Amino acid sequence: MRARVLIRPKVGILDPQGEAVQRALPALGFAGVTNVHVGRLVELDVEDPAQLESMCERLLANPLVEDYEIVLAG
Amino acid sequence: MKFGVLRFPGSCDEVDALGAARRVADAELLWHGDRDLKGADAIVVPGGFSYGDYLRAGAIARFAPVMESVIDFAEDGGLVLGICNGFQVLCEARLLPGALLGNANRRFTFRQVGLEVLNSGGSFTQGCALGQRLSIPAKHSWGRYHADEETLAVMDRAGQIVLRYADGENFNGSVHGIAGVSNERGNVFGLMPHPEHAVDGLMGGSTDGLKIFESMRLTVEGAHV
Repeated sequence: MRARVLIRPKVGILDPQGEAVQRALPALGFAGVTNVHVGRLVELDVEDPAQLESMCERLLANPLVEDYEIVLAG
Repeated sequence: MKFGVLRFPGSCDEVDALGAARRVADAELLWHGDRDLKGADAIVVPGGFSYGDYLRAGAIARFAPVMESVIDFAEDGGLVLGICNGFQVLCEARLLPGALLGNANRRFTFRQVGLEVLNSGGSFTQGCALGQRLSIPAKHSWGRYHADEETLAVMDRAGQIVLRYADGENFNGSVHGIAGVSNERGNVFGLMPHPEHAVDGLMGGSTDGLKIFESMRLTVEGAHV
């Protein structure tokens, strides 16, 4: 099964990449952009999607500083 | 006494760490694929870019075969020092609390930093005086220490916040200016600056880094008396 894991910095933790993008967009003329955060996307085919959460906890994300979201593509 | 210095694919400071350790004791390199710690009395997890730092710095290295032995060694009370990438590896392995994030300045930064010793009673800093200022080089992109406030309060009470950046020196934006932390038991210690680069009067800005290696030697030899 195709799966996507979206990994984001936890809310409240400084996200310098997000801040840099947020500052860059107005310079290109895009106004009204707030709350920009930059994370990672891991795409993978898995035989047993039930293992995804454990994969995230142990390797794909660092739960101390990142939130993750598992999206099954079906 | 013998130091074991780990070498991962992508390590780059293991030779300097070996040289620093050899100024105070014997030392040997330990390959990441081996489980044998070869009788080392203390372990150094060096700086660099272990396994290319893919995914997150230290995330893959912490599962290396040698790390299984290092985790057992630490759980038995053995001394483990993590420098820069090694600090990241020890955090990923949960041998140390917290995590290292991208520098607040978003840049790889190389500079001499002033550090303040907040705990001089521990295994890695017993050769320092409380409040002593050390001058050691730092060079990293992912050195912003983070732990939640609850964890930090516990660490503070237990003396686990061993080193902080001196005022005006916290270039990476670490929470509370933290530069080096230990585990609760005090036998595992990680820091982002590089003591192994500050051991010779010719370079590295000072010889303050030797104090860390010398403290470890005193701890190991004291334990053997």
